[in-house]
Amino acid sequence: MNRAAIDLWVGVFVAIGLSALLFLALKVGNLAGNDMKEAYLLHARFDNIGSLKVRAPVKSAGVVVGRVTEIGFDPESYTAVVTLAIDARYRFPRDTFATINTSGLLGEQYVAFEVGGDAEMLAPNDTIKKTQSAVVLEKLIGQFMFNKAAETENNK
Amino acid sequence: MKAAAFFRFLGKQVLDRIWRLGFASRFLVATVLLSGTAFARFFLTVREIYFAGVLSLIIILVSGLFVGMVLGLQGYDTLQRYGSSEALGILVALSLVRELGPVVSALLFASRAGSAITAEIGLMKATEQLSAMEMMAVNPIARVVAPRFWAGVISMPLLAALFSALGIFGGWLVGVVLIGVDEGAFWSQMQSAVDFRQDILNGVIKSAVFGVLVSWIAVFEGYDAEPTAEGVSRATTRTVVTSSLAILAADFVLTAFMFRGT
Repeated sequence: MNRAAIDLWVGVFVAIGLSALLFLALKVGNLAGNDMKEAYLLHARFDNIGSLKVRAPVKSAGVVVGRVTEIGFDPESYTAVVTLAIDARYRFPRDTFATINTSGLLGEQYVAFEVGGDAEMLAPNDTIKKTQSAVVLEKLIGQFMFNKAAETENNK
Repeated sequence: MKAAAFFRFLGKQVLDRIWRLGFASRFLVATVLLSGTAFARFFLTVREIYFAGVLSLIIILVSGLFVGMVLGLQGYDTLQRYGSSEALGILVALSLVRELGPVVSALLFASRAGSAITAEIGLMKATEQLSAMEMMAVNPIARVVAPRFWAGVISMPLLAALFSALGIFGGWLVGVVLIGVDEGAFWSQMQSAVDFRQDILNGVIKSAVFGVLVSWIAVFEGYDAEPTAEGVSRATTRTVVTSSLAILAADFVLTAFMFRGT
């Protein structure tokens, strides 16, 4: 095998290896879809964040508009402080409602923005006042069973 | 008296292992320090990439395809019980990119290319080619060992990426074309679940670490082989066994670092 043929084969090998890596990055991963170039930060306080994770999506009307970047705990008010990076193209009114929703019955949790009607917009580093905690399924079931028990008690 | 002999035997075995580990570490440092020639005369390395990487392509590609196809069948069988067969893309992609791609391709690489490197260097030593080089003031570590080492380190991530890509293609072939999982859901769920930094880049890092491990063990065992036919055969066996164990152990450590969950 001469030198040129070996060079050619190694070139082919490196080229298809790198294109496999590119395929993984663009088609399998979400590198191409992650087009949030500029973002600004918003903060929101929740009584209970359930199982919200860092990097969870922020959605408004079902469209991803940002991501959760940091989750902290405020030892003074005993609330969770969630920092959100929102795409700079989108602005939201001051009375936007931030809720923690679950995609599907057992899916992952995300932050949903329900947009209000205020004329003033949230500025970067603002804190969202109106929030609603995650729905804890166990609490819901407990409440339901308690109500059911009370009902049967009343009917007697 | 029997007990004393037993403990003496045990102590010698342990000391031997530790001594060999120390020698191997010194050998790795020497290889890295003497790798100037491998890059200055880059054709030396390219030639070894041909033998280690290009000639491993067939086994890597075919195994990747079949592993992906099996993942498609098995994953579908389990997922459809929960009515979530669309998540097949996630299952195939994550298990390949995170684990199976780097690990299985490294195991195949160790037995396909690592054993060949050990046998070659061992035989060079047995036929006194290495000593002849030293006589001519050519350092055999710079001329023979370092190009083979770097060829393995360069080839391994590329082979692992090819393995994963072909595996995902195999999963797509079985899941979408053969069974009829919805194509859009297959790709979109995969794309939303696979993260570039968290999953793909960590997989590449894993395969690079495995590349260093396998190449290091292969060149060391070859260089350290007893210069007889039997010694070379034993060194070749040791390369496959040691690098397989090293890959699996390193995989556990790396996984514990990378995917602890947030």
